[in-house]
Amino acid sequence: MWHGWTGNVLRVDLSEPRVTVEALDRRAAKAFIGARGLGVKYLYDEIDPRIDALDARNKLMFVTGPLTGTGAPGGSRYMLVTKGPLTGAIAHSSAGGAFASAIKYAGYDMLIVEGRSRRPVYLWIDDDQVEVRDAAHLQGKTSTATEQAVIAETHPEAKVACIGPAGENQVRFACVMSDMGRAAGRSGVGAVMGSKNLKAVAIRGARGVTVADKTAFWKAMMAAYRKVDHPDTEHFHQVGTPGVLALVKELGILPTRNFKYGTNPDWQKLSGDRLAATLSTRKNMGLACPGCPVGCGRVSRISNPKYKSEGVGPEYETIGLYGSSCLTNDLEVTAKAGFICNEMGMDTISAGSTIACAMELYEEGHLPIQDAGMPLNFGNAEAVIKLTEDIAHRRGFGDILAEGAFRLASRYGHPEYFMGVKKLEFPSYDPRGVQGMGLGYATNSRGACHIRGEVHDLSLYGVDYWRVTTDRNLGPIDPLRWDDKPELAKDIQDWFCVLDACGMCNFMFFLGMDEDNCRALIEAATGVDMGGHRGLMRAGERMFNLERLFNLKAGLTHKDDTLPDRMLKEPMPGGPAKGMVVHLDEMLPPYYRLRGWSAEGVPLPAKLSELGLQ
Amino acid sequence: MPKEIVIDIAKCTGCGYCELICSFAHHDEFNPRKARIRVNTFIEKSIAVPVVCYQCEDPWCVNACPAGALRIETDATADTRMITVDKTQCVGCKMCTLACPFGCIEVTDGQAEKCDLCGGAPQCVNICRAGALQFIDPKTAVAAKKKNVAERLVNSYREV
Repeated sequence: MWHGWTGNVLRVDLSEPRVTVEALDRRAAKAFIGARGLGVKYLYDEIDPRIDALDARNKLMFVTGPLTGTGAPGGSRYMLVTKGPLTGAIAHSSAGGAFASAIKYAGYDMLIVEGRSRRPVYLWIDDDQVEVRDAAHLQGKTSTATEQAVIAETHPEAKVACIGPAGENQVRFACVMSDMGRAAGRSGVGAVMGSKNLKAVAIRGARGVTVADKTAFWKAMMAAYRKVDHPDTEHFHQVGTPGVLALVKELGILPTRNFKYGTNPDWQKLSGDRLAATLSTRKNMGLACPGCPVGCGRVSRISNPKYKSEGVGPEYETIGLYGSSCLTNDLEVTAKAGFICNEMGMDTISAGSTIACAMELYEEGHLPIQDAGMPLNFGNAEAVIKLTEDIAHRRGFGDILAEGAFRLASRYGHPEYFMGVKKLEFPSYDPRGVQGMGLGYATNSRGACHIRGEVHDLSLYGVDYWRVTTDRNLGPIDPLRWDDKPELAKDIQDWFCVLDACGMCNFMFFLGMDEDNCRALIEAATGVDMGGHRGLMRAGERMFNLERLFNLKAGLTHKDDTLPDRMLKEPMPGGPAKGMVVHLDEMLPPYYRLRGWSAEGVPLPAKLSELGLQ
Repeated sequence: MPKEIVIDIAKCTGCGYCELICSFAHHDEFNPRKARIRVNTFIEKSIAVPVVCYQCEDPWCVNACPAGALRIETDATADTRMITVDKTQCVGCKMCTLACPFGCIEVTDGQAEKCDLCGGAPQCVNICRAGALQFIDPKTAVAAKKKNVAERLVNSYREV
């Protein structure tokens, strides 16, 4: 009997097409929990990591966790696991919304899509009924238009994940959109879906998710809920992620002019409070994901005729990259660019960062105007909007930008202007002012990522003490110190593996929930003893190491665990982090040692056998 | 007046936590389809509207029930008044579902099922952080609305 998990895996081979349902591997479920962990385990076992990400042999896995669809606070996430076309590394992109829970209610823990359809198709999963339907008429449709059309053709209660034109055109940072504006954003998972000729997945489910111990689950659920229910949560509900900008500004790590500076004198034009006071509609409330006591989303409306539109967002990352790194310093432009990205189905972080990179190449004289088609000076709002649209359609210069900032900068002979790691662009935090983040960027398995081990957040979100490691308290976290960060980075990365695996939203952690809450919920839901705090963290470490093994097999090495020269050699020009570079050389060797890896970043046999990964 | 579940749609975030907790409390599983409260989301309008039994003064369902399974129960100590289903009498004929204009009574597993206010402590209200659901005397809610209007007038008032 399965609790928490449903015990079923739905496998669709689009080449045939063929639909099969198989039993979930119980040993894998116990060892890898779900979502990110279980997805990586299945992908590692089923594909050769060396294949091209857009090859038909790559697989796309929509994976839920045991808490997805339950009443665990924020328990409405799923993870898209595949090999990433932007990075060539492991890719796992998470999204919230009702689509995630619908997978569980239809009776599946995961949906594995393999092969490639000869014609554009979409999947309609109504509990046990699975249909592969023609999608020729949906080609070229934006994400919200696709979602509406698919709902109209299937069922009013269907939940839809789909790609927009960017995914169809295999833009290397295309995402998979769901619930009218939620994105499984990074690494180009949408391009993989596009390469399979899969336009959308619609799911409706009538089943429930049961738990192993009702009394224990109720207790754990209410305990976690009470932790999250406090005044900071209300503020986060009102302002959402754009509120982060004010915190980032305090640390002097707001990317400005493609990460040349960490301070932007015009930051107030982009702040969360300003957004709430100007563009946000309905008292800043968007619609919350299922079972979320926070509700961080919002809807914005631009009335300026030049950009007149309405949509979900913008989130902090969009504002940081499009607003500050591209130096438009204009929330309307930022919001508009974000709306375009949502409709086209592409990652606002990579899109904004790639445009900023093009702007720097242009201003430094490495990118001729004939190629760009227009002046690309920082702050050129018209160019930002036009290029965002052109990227999605791979029109003109947009076709080159659609390959991402690394390939762009390399094409023009200056890869040093690419701001990212493992070909994945930095999110909106300059690591020179948050040393741990630099180490996190360099070592996270999917590349420069802020939510796969949020080493920065301890100082950003007012978590003054690292409470997850109950063994020992590291004390107050100084963002500019580096000697304490290897231990911190390892610990936080492992813990976030667990969070990403269970099906809960990691915002719950910033808002007060801790690992004891998480463990109690997983154990009560599944009936599996996680082996206390150490057992839980070991599960996270197991996932992180398996991702490392995938990347090593895919051809990545320790040489990819690095940062752009700007972060390592150019001292921060001003602000609170003035004079700082990232001390990666001091952090990386002890980090590898703590991980039980060789000096070349390869997990040693002792570590692998300890984790059961032999 | 007895307490009721009072809905303020201006506060609802559409999270559906009420549905999850309702199905868990009554059916031991998380399944919005089995919940007695339903949040209707209008995603493009960014509005969500919870719908649950209003415990009518003169209930259609009770009047329609040929088996005498539905009745109005008041509890002075819990300060509640609700329409309850007597499972020993219910034959699952679905007359109540036809009679209720709001869709707030259903037949599940052969028997009528509707909101029972969790016996006086509704869990949906307990879990609603946004405050869109409140378990209060409806007169209090109406008074609050009046005060709200008055405050808006005060804020716009200027001496001439």
